[in-house]
Amino acid sequence: MIIEQAPVLIVIIPLMAALVTPLLGWIRKDICYPWVILALLVSVMSAATVLNTVIHEGVIHYHMGGWLPPWGIEYVIDHLNAMMLVLVSGTAFLVAIYSKRSIEQELPEQTVYFYTLFLLQVTGFLGIVITGDVFNLYVFLEIASLAGYALIAIGEEGAPLASFRYIILGTVGACFYLLGVGYLYIVTGSLNMADLSGILPELYGSKVVLVAFAFFMVGLALKMALFPLHVWLPDAYTKAPSVASALIAPLMTKVAIYVLLRLMFTIFRPYLSFELLPMAKILLIAGIVAIFAGAIMALAQVDFKRMLCYIIVAEVGYMVGGIGLANSVAIKGVVLHVMNDVVMTLGLFTVAGIISYKMRSHTLMDFKGLFKKMPLTMAAFVVVALSIIGVPPTCGFFSKWYLIQGSVLAGNWIFIVALLFSSLVNIVLFFRIIEIGYYSFDSPESHGHDHDGDSVISEAPVSMLVPTLLVAVIILLIGLYNQSIIANIIQYAVPKL
Amino acid sequence: MLEFIIGKYNFWIYIILMMIGFYAMISKNNLIKKIIGMNIFQTAIILFYVSIAYKRGGATLPILTDADAHAHGEHIINMAQYINPLPHVLMLTAIVVMVATLGVALAIAIMLYRKYHTLEEDEIIKALK
Repeated sequence: MIIEQAPVLIVIIPLMAALVTPLLGWIRKDICYPWVILALLVSVMSAATVLNTVIHEGVIHYHMGGWLPPWGIEYVIDHLNAMMLVLVSGTAFLVAIYSKRSIEQELPEQTVYFYTLFLLQVTGFLGIVITGDVFNLYVFLEIASLAGYALIAIGEEGAPLASFRYIILGTVGACFYLLGVGYLYIVTGSLNMADLSGILPELYGSKVVLVAFAFFMVGLALKMALFPLHVWLPDAYTKAPSVASALIAPLMTKVAIYVLLRLMFTIFRPYLSFELLPMAKILLIAGIVAIFAGAIMALAQVDFKRMLCYIIVAEVGYMVGGIGLANSVAIKGVVLHVMNDVVMTLGLFTVAGIISYKMRSHTLMDFKGLFKKMPLTMAAFVVVALSIIGVPPTCGFFSKWYLIQGSVLAGNWIFIVALLFSSLVNIVLFFRIIEIGYYSFDSPESHGHDHDGDSVISEAPVSMLVPTLLVAVIILLIGLYNQSIIANIIQYAVPKL
Repeated sequence: MLEFIIGKYNFWIYIILMMIGFYAMISKNNLIKKIIGMNIFQTAIILFYVSIAYKRGGATLPILTDADAHAHGEHIINMAQYINPLPHVLMLTAIVVMVATLGVALAIAIMLYRKYHTLEEDEIIKALK
């Protein structure tokens, strides 16, 4: 009975918990933290159950309130979104554990409201991923975005302005998506994804469908921060509270990539995207430009979090360009990279959160002498950095490998050059930090006088350290078990091309 | 040509409204003006949805009581006389979303005003540096 209701529990539990959080916080402030963890634990367990069911029994259809598909709202869970559900809820769970000390330091007054928004944000992400209805997706997209605007606005100096700009651009993105839904509704009279995918092929010649497709693409490009439309991202994620950026940065862009995959391969068939329209070429060029631009701008940053933001811009380029390669090997790489990128970005931003918890700022120079002070945090950081660069035992290598294989198959050499260039830039970026961490100390004099001062270990608090180390372990595990992940999940998520 | 413009005037108004809103969002310096632009932009979408629900030839949204249903049984199945209600319902949800967006945007504008005592974007950027 409960197992049958698992798909809806994934979304409903965080939503209801978000509504209860302010009431609990009214009674006792410190209940909120365990309450959020409990809610997300239920959500993670339901997501894991659903993934397990999908692997063994195939696609799940859940009809909301018993209404049948073209009329009612349907949740459809196949391999792709089962994987995304586990990723989103798992990330949220780890960040929730991680949040306690950082929130106490950065937002001591607003803990209760922070957790409410936190849960709403997670609800939004989970809803986008699970739903099988295009309008429902819009509503969840806005729930996620609105919670995100508020979470970003309570950050450090300059955060409200960054958030305001994000609101303006994010609203344009969401409205374009909504217009796309409207145009599709004119010609099909349906909002259900499976229904649309059945009706649409006969209408591919229609201008209305093409307009809808164009609106969807631009709206999503805004939400996923594809290169020329990325301007809102660096400011927003740099200035957000560290817990908020650890939650939003790994998920928002990747969830938008998921929606892109859904649109191009489920709602519209690959036939429209790749054969009738030159989407492959457009996405490929956009991806390559994003990789180069992101990598070059990352080199110019002196702020650690800002550098990570530009790395995200480059990573979005990997995934969009990979879809543009339009063959199944590359798209396998894209789906694997979505998974890896969630975990890697989470690792980077949790480390950034620890740095700003300890140092009260997050510039590259804050890494001075950290290998001695925080050996465990830095060990986790090195694993994540190696994965972003793409060194074999870590997961980052394998998705890059599939992407390169895919571009060899497509005969596209510029994309390979872009991938290698960005890997080289990542080497420079991260080894510069590792060098600062190993060889720079506060100042040579204090090193002589106060010898103990530098070598005293002052690790991050346990509640922050454990999730960070766990992320590093997950990166290695995904790397080691990537073949079975692909065989059991990802190969079913890739469309036949 | 004139037929094309006048016959579909509601869609032209939607496009014009949307562009007015878009222009304000991009080019205005004052945050409140940007928010107003955002609202016009979103309202244009409501007009678009309501337009696509409309049918020519006097279609309405009749309220049927039991007595009506018995008296004019044939009217109930005559679809040409009914405006499609679904886009209206979608817009109810979208209006809620838009109001929430407006609320968040205004709250952030208040936050900015309290901190920097201005709502001009360039002055805020100057104060930040």
